[in-house]
Amino acid sequence: MGAPVATPPMPPPSGGFPRKPSKGLPQSASTWHLSDRIGLTICWALGLLFCAIAVAIVAYLFVQGIKYLRPEMLFTPATAGFSQGQTGGFSDAFFGTLIVATMGIAIALPVGVGVAVWLVEYGRPAALARVTESTIEAIAGIPSIVLALFGTVIFSSAALGFLSRTSEGVVFGRSFFGASAMLSLVALPLVVASTREGLSAIPQHVREASYAVGKTKIATTRRILLPAARPQVATGAMLGLGRIIGDTAIIVVLLGATQNFAPVEGAAFPFNYLRGAGTTLTNFVYEASPTGNLNQPEKAYAAAFVLLLMVLALNAAVDVVHRRARKVGTWSS
Amino acid sequence: MEEAHLPEEYGPRWSDQRAERLLGALVCAVVVLLLALIVTVFWRAWPSFAHNGLAWFGAGGNVDDQINRIYLSGLGGEGFVYTFHAWQLLWSTFLITGGAVLLAFFSSLFVAVFLVEFAPEPMSNVLAPVVRFLASVPSVIYGLLGVLLVVPFIGNHLVTEPQRASVAGVISLSGYSLLAAVLILALMIAPLMTSIFSDGIRSVRPGWLEGSLALGVNRWRTTWKIAVRTARPAIVAGTVLATARAIGEAVMLAMVSGSVAFAPNPADGLIFIFEPSRPLAPTIVKNIDLLGSEPANNTLFAIAAVLLFSATMFSLAGWFARRSMRKYGATA
Repeated sequence: MGAPVATPPMPPPSGGFPRKPSKGLPQSASTWHLSDRIGLTICWALGLLFCAIAVAIVAYLFVQGIKYLRPEMLFTPATAGFSQGQTGGFSDAFFGTLIVATMGIAIALPVGVGVAVWLVEYGRPAALARVTESTIEAIAGIPSIVLALFGTVIFSSAALGFLSRTSEGVVFGRSFFGASAMLSLVALPLVVASTREGLSAIPQHVREASYAVGKTKIATTRRILLPAARPQVATGAMLGLGRIIGDTAIIVVLLGATQNFAPVEGAAFPFNYLRGAGTTLTNFVYEASPTGNLNQPEKAYAAAFVLLLMVLALNAAVDVVHRRARKVGTWSS
Repeated sequence: MEEAHLPEEYGPRWSDQRAERLLGALVCAVVVLLLALIVTVFWRAWPSFAHNGLAWFGAGGNVDDQINRIYLSGLGGEGFVYTFHAWQLLWSTFLITGGAVLLAFFSSLFVAVFLVEFAPEPMSNVLAPVVRFLASVPSVIYGLLGVLLVVPFIGNHLVTEPQRASVAGVISLSGYSLLAAVLILALMIAPLMTSIFSDGIRSVRPGWLEGSLALGVNRWRTTWKIAVRTARPAIVAGTVLATARAIGEAVMLAMVSGSVAFAPNPADGLIFIFEPSRPLAPTIVKNIDLLGSEPANNTLFAIAAVLLFSATMFSLAGWFARRSMRKYGATA
């Protein structure tokens, strides 16, 4: 972030308007009509309700999580047993979430940044640009269960059999590869939108200055524009990560059916696990809830607590990036 | 910095033309992937639609029985059965989505107005992150809390014994209900709506508001008559995008909606909000093990095709509505 272009001398207009001065006008609500005052009361009530619900969710899961979560649960795999005390932990689900998040974002980030760069900096046949924009919007709107079903068709095809378990010519189709590939589509629109926002907030004169000293377009993008848009890229990546971690439908369809890793025999180390079926925290919570197959609410609470901690950490990270970006002063904050 | 002498080194490898072609190819690949998805889903779905015609969307028989018969016909050798009438699922989707969107719309509009115009600084500093947090809670967590808190509460405290007895022969009122599904789904989509609404309201030209205030209109009415009206495209966009999200929600609804193929009838009186049902998306999750049977596979893809079509239409509509915001100088 050390590039001097990242600190403009003056905050340039960012498309919006300055904060409204209307807030805090010396006008008190006591002069209003009754109906207006009732409306304002509803506003307050709903605002407080939102806060209360959020606090309730966090507090309840913290209490339940601390009551039921044991550190060893994160390191012992799930086993069969008769009571909740005998069924082990959910280490496979925990590491499954980490694997899926890493692989999913590893696909979504470069593709998303590439698409955003093309849209903002090139976008030359204008028709293709319009098609691409609506494609990204459409992908954002596709329910993840539909993506999951699409995944079963792709990854059960013989050509992609090397990505999952194959027995006697039948491709099993459920694997970390398949689930991560589909999950990356869930994150893609967020990465694209955020990166685009960052790139298009950079004023044109920055690009012109770079061309004037003889840099090519792609060099300008790589060396000037993307570094300046780094906070937005990071925000998009973290929002995408949050969606990947939280998605359940794709995991249930393309990865789940088990609460343990199911490595494929005869494959080299990382690939035997990645080609096999597995589970994630969301899948574990789903199966361990009273409506799932395991019905272990205590473990479901513990796993949900871990999941919530991850989400809270991601939210906090987004906040930190935003605040730091505002301090440094990028064009779009 | 060492970057100063890099352009020569990167020049030949990263020539502009090649980079543009590479990125163009990437973009085309994404577009082709979406086309492939649409074609695949409709191609897999076609047998189910072709056998049923418009009756696919009609009523008749129990959907769960039909799915079971379809599945079994794929295992035996006596020809595939495709008869499927999805009305119970469509109706449930309509009720749950409609109820949740309605509930979320009004609360989100008030919260967005509050957040932008009326909340004192400390309050809005808390509320904004709260909205962002509520939007990022995974749907299984909402589902889990629904199953373990909301559903038992409805079952134990809101449903009365006479009500339970009156429908005992048809379904059991255990708390897994339309009400639970609507409440939790509304909570899940309200943050999305709130953030789009408040972006829209925030980007209204301050001059317009000041003009109204200068005429002596109070802040409340100025906000509703000027800010909210000007932000109408954002409000339409937020509603439509949230509807798309609600239609596609599968896992949470599979947990709290009751997962019974049943169409609650508002004509029965208020009791219908306590009745279980199952929308389209959870039906796929619940029957995912049946994918191995060819006709069942086609039927599930037909459900997915309906979801894909409606969700895509909604999100494209939302995108167009948001684009029309630009003429007001807003970037929302």
